[in-house]
Amino acid sequence: MTTGVNAQQLSVAATTGKDHPKPRRPRAPRSRRAIIATSVIYAVLVVLAVVYIFPFLLQVATAFKTNPDATANPVSLIPTTWSTAALQQLFVNSDFPLWFMNSAIVTIFVTFGRVFFDSLAGYALARLHFRGRNVIFAGLIAVMAVPAVVLMIPKFLVINQLGIYDSYTGMIVPLLVDAAGVFIMKGFFESIPVSVEEQARIDGAGTFRLFWSVVLPMARPALVTIIILSFQGSWNELAQFIISAQSPSLTTLTKGVASLSSGQLGQGNQYPLKLAAAAIMTIPVAVMFFVFQRRIMNNSEGAVKE
Amino acid sequence: MLILLGLFLVIPVLMALWVSFSDWGGNGSPFSGNVHFVGTQNYQSILSGGGLAEQNFGTSLRNNAWYVVLVVPIQTAVSLFLAVMVNRAVLRGRGFFRTAFYFPSVTSSVAITVLWLFLFSTTGAINKVLSWVGIHGPNWFNDPDGILHLFLGLFGVQSGPASLTSSGFLGVTWWDWLAGPSVAMSAFILMAVFTTSGTFILLFIAALQNLGGDIQEAAMIDGANGWQRFWRITLPQLRPTLFTVLTLGLIGCWQVFDQIYTGTQGAPGNTTLTPAYLSYTSAFTNQAWGQGAAIAFILFVIIVAFTILQRWILRERTVSKRRMRAYLPKTEVPLEGGSR
Repeated sequence: MTTGVNAQQLSVAATTGKDHPKPRRPRAPRSRRAIIATSVIYAVLVVLAVVYIFPFLLQVATAFKTNPDATANPVSLIPTTWSTAALQQLFVNSDFPLWFMNSAIVTIFVTFGRVFFDSLAGYALARLHFRGRNVIFAGLIAVMAVPAVVLMIPKFLVINQLGIYDSYTGMIVPLLVDAAGVFIMKGFFESIPVSVEEQARIDGAGTFRLFWSVVLPMARPALVTIIILSFQGSWNELAQFIISAQSPSLTTLTKGVASLSSGQLGQGNQYPLKLAAAAIMTIPVAVMFFVFQRRIMNNSEGAVKE
Repeated sequence: MLILLGLFLVIPVLMALWVSFSDWGGNGSPFSGNVHFVGTQNYQSILSGGGLAEQNFGTSLRNNAWYVVLVVPIQTAVSLFLAVMVNRAVLRGRGFFRTAFYFPSVTSSVAITVLWLFLFSTTGAINKVLSWVGIHGPNWFNDPDGILHLFLGLFGVQSGPASLTSSGFLGVTWWDWLAGPSVAMSAFILMAVFTTSGTFILLFIAALQNLGGDIQEAAMIDGANGWQRFWRITLPQLRPTLFTVLTLGLIGCWQVFDQIYTGTQGAPGNTTLTPAYLSYTSAFTNQAWGQGAAIAFILFVIIVAFTILQRWILRERTVSKRRMRAYLPKTEVPLEGGSR
């Protein structure tokens, strides 16, 4: 069909469509063909879902296998002999608990820090009128555009120069503010009506008080977003910890498991050990994901509408 | 707080810029008296030195370019396909499928890489499954052969024509530029599709749900079949999301680091070396800080250039619907052509 005619028909059809309300779901399985089509879709989706999920099931299963079993039966989901040897070695004979603790420390500080600083900076950019505000905002956008890997050497230079290399400070402080978080908070604060704040100001609240007791409680949805993003971001962060610390006592999970993967503990493949480590380090973000699932999905929906 | 942002993001860049023009060796402050300005020497040794530095850089660019050329279109297509499927109106269990496809995106790149090394090991799950259908799987992470070279090998072409092998660019012969991603890199490419498609599926689903049903209905009344409706109605309406996905994909794909650090460290035969990882090893391992910083800045320029190029190619234009249709299916072609 030609496009010209088609466009005309479209508009005509659109109006007639409104006159005669049609079933909203056009692909409802009314005919046999539709049923077949639906089953095909389901089949394809189920197969693909299995492809996406199976590796993780296999990961958990392999964690309970013995070394020879993991190599001999790489696909089976049930270990021939259940073994917790890998887990034992991980928790008793390695630094794994230390890594876990380091990751937890960093993640907690970074998450709280981002909630605090991102909202403060976002509020300042959204509401306070000060000189150079637009310049700072432009700078923020520019910073967001700089890819993280490009900043590895620059960040190291500053950390080194400040004398905080190889310390928690050096690992945490550079992550305390993120441009994207400030951006999200600024956007949210701008959507809150100014009148609420004016009311509080009339009642005699100062700027910080206003921010802390009036505005911040209203920003809870955005804060949850920040919490999710910073938790995931700092728990999964690798590059920042590589460049900011070298002593074994400051190794985080990402760094530690990466070193495991290059065969640090014992000889042989050690697949159960490595996969157990990888599975355990996934648990916190997985829990976070399932708790805030609805919100995570909705977030990206919100992001598209911008 | 904004000072913090400036301290860790603006000043560092300026410092690194200085380092990339200096002969700093990693000891002491880069601003002390015995560090000298060496002009563009670091950049020269990477871009035209004729030595190992140039060859490594050329190889890393080759590897990453193929990575981009394959990952960006595949992940976009896969996520669009899955989003359309999941979005089918009658589908029950939509939430389950969304979760299944999104889950790989929340896990850390380190954990996924460890899992991938297991799945794609020589006696691993993937080769086992392949053997069920009679295929003898490759050694994946130990196989440095480019897949295009392997493909040509099937027809008995073992080495390139002299016109391609005798000259090259950045210390890599044209024949090697055309090798395609190595088998090892292909495993990383599959991994990238696996981990990133989840996020993009969500973006596409959200966009699909924002589309009104009216136009679809109208087209159906006109007798357009499902295929036609997708290409001519749905896809043009998804244009903004398509831009977002392509841009994010393009930027992300030039930054491959975690996987290489965890998995292969550039092996086998430097075929999984990427500019990001090369920049790291040059600076932190080999103490060639000037070169490392220079690579980082070149990478930065590449990413910015591609982002601008893409913005320009895919810019909003007031075009007739017909022109837009003629134009849309081509969106991925300029990317492929430009990345090399």
